[in-house]
Amino acid sequence: MTRRATPLLARAARAIALMVVAAAALPGCRPSDGEARHAHPAPPAPASVAAYQVNIRRPSGPPLIELAGADPQGRAASVACSTCHSVRKPNLENKTAASLDEFHQGLTVNHGALACYACHSPDNADTLRLADGTTVEYVDVMTLCSQCHSKQAESFAHGAHGGMNGFWDLSRGPQTKNNCIDCHDPHAPKYPKMVVDFKPHDRFLDASEEPHDRH
Amino acid sequence: MTDTNHPSRPDLPTLPIIENFSRRAAIKGGFATLGAAAFVAAISPLRHAAQNTSAGEFMQNHYTELTPEQKADVIARLEEEAKEKYGAEVTIGDDRPIPGTKFVYAINLSVCNGNGKCVEACHKENNHDRATNQSYIRVIEMPKGTMDMEQGSTTYTGAVPKDDKFYLPVQCQQCDEPPCVDVCPVKATWKEDDGIVVVDYNWCIGCRYCEAACPYHARRFNWKQPEVPAEEVNPDQSYLSNRIRPVGVVEKCTYCLHRTRRGKLPACLEACPTGARVFGNILDPESNIRWLLENKRVYILKEELGTKPAFFYYFD
Repeated sequence: MTRRATPLLARAARAIALMVVAAAALPGCRPSDGEARHAHPAPPAPASVAAYQVNIRRPSGPPLIELAGADPQGRAASVACSTCHSVRKPNLENKTAASLDEFHQGLTVNHGALACYACHSPDNADTLRLADGTTVEYVDVMTLCSQCHSKQAESFAHGAHGGMNGFWDLSRGPQTKNNCIDCHDPHAPKYPKMVVDFKPHDRFLDASEEPHDRH
Repeated sequence: MTDTNHPSRPDLPTLPIIENFSRRAAIKGGFATLGAAAFVAAISPLRHAAQNTSAGEFMQNHYTELTPEQKADVIARLEEEAKEKYGAEVTIGDDRPIPGTKFVYAINLSVCNGNGKCVEACHKENNHDRATNQSYIRVIEMPKGTMDMEQGSTTYTGAVPKDDKFYLPVQCQQCDEPPCVDVCPVKATWKEDDGIVVVDYNWCIGCRYCEAACPYHARRFNWKQPEVPAEEVNPDQSYLSNRIRPVGVVEKCTYCLHRTRRGKLPACLEACPTGARVFGNILDPESNIRWLLENKRVYILKEELGTKPAFFYYFD
């Protein structure tokens, strides 16, 4: 595997052009390719009529704190962040979970040396804020991530970062893409380790295979 | 010597006259008998194979020579056979390339962590043999600092990624100069207009020349009839892709043509939890894959062999 130094696309296009020319110049010399490589240039890419769109998943809204107990009617309850934070003075210096109390106990924070209020809004705990103070709703969290992770955001915009499902051809059906926090915990964004749970029984390497099957 | 016209016994039946029964004739006869026995022994595998082959299958033409009517008959027969052998109701399509489409695949090696979800998805999507966990994808755990596939391992287990390793998923590279196609003596494998190298499983003679010719170890041979429980059979199939393969034929990744030629993304891409995989039409200037090839550091596996893969690797 070597580095592609020259513009790859130009080389690929040249390869395709050469292939077409060769097929045209030598009709019948490769009968197996008779059907595959027609002696006429490939038709231009169709003007794709994007009847469908790429849907980027979004969080439903600001996170809610689930209360441990139930109300007298036996219902579980959840409260908005602002329930407490509207009456508490924000500590703009805070960076670690160690000095957090109440609901934030045990929170793993491993996202550089960011202070909580680098992303959370001190004025309205149910929103986020950009570095310049602009308010960002929780559903638009990707706007917040993108201000630092612009390279990833650019790749994401071009389908080269983040998982997706559905159709590559948007004239036939929609595509759904994950958002940043589907894969990355915003407080500890490093992608977690995974355990390999499916392995083909490779004939060349698996010693447990039967001997007659090892060629 | 015998006189068949025996004057004293006119009622005896006449017999042929055998004169001068030479040693030479005896030896010839002996060898003829031995030869026949040897021939029978030699074709005995064929006789066994014939037991697994219906008359219709035996008489079938090459896929590329079939008329639309013949194709419909063949597909109906194959669907019937799937019902008989696997107890599964399947639909086998005859998906053809979309004009103006050339499929290209890319994998972000900075993001791939070797978890193998793509391998498993391929296994299920393509109706691979359950006992062998067969799949068209191998993920190779590679020491950092090399691109030599021979230094990699496919049998790693446990938590990934490991600190001193990176992970290289390898499947069919859908080469523009495919060595596998060149060596096939019966033209059972070929490259289609959208760049996908396909196999006519009914025309493959199982010689495995293609498997030997592939520098990416991307082809698989069916040592036995794949076993798939009826409830696990993926019923969305295509003649040239994931229909259940017969024993004794070679198969390979087809970029999930039964999905991608219907506009969908390949199964391995959808299964990838890290989003390392990108698929698209290189002829579409607005496509993701075009942007990627123009803006990332893109690599080709074993580029020096001149196989011109339609499969790329990149780093962020």
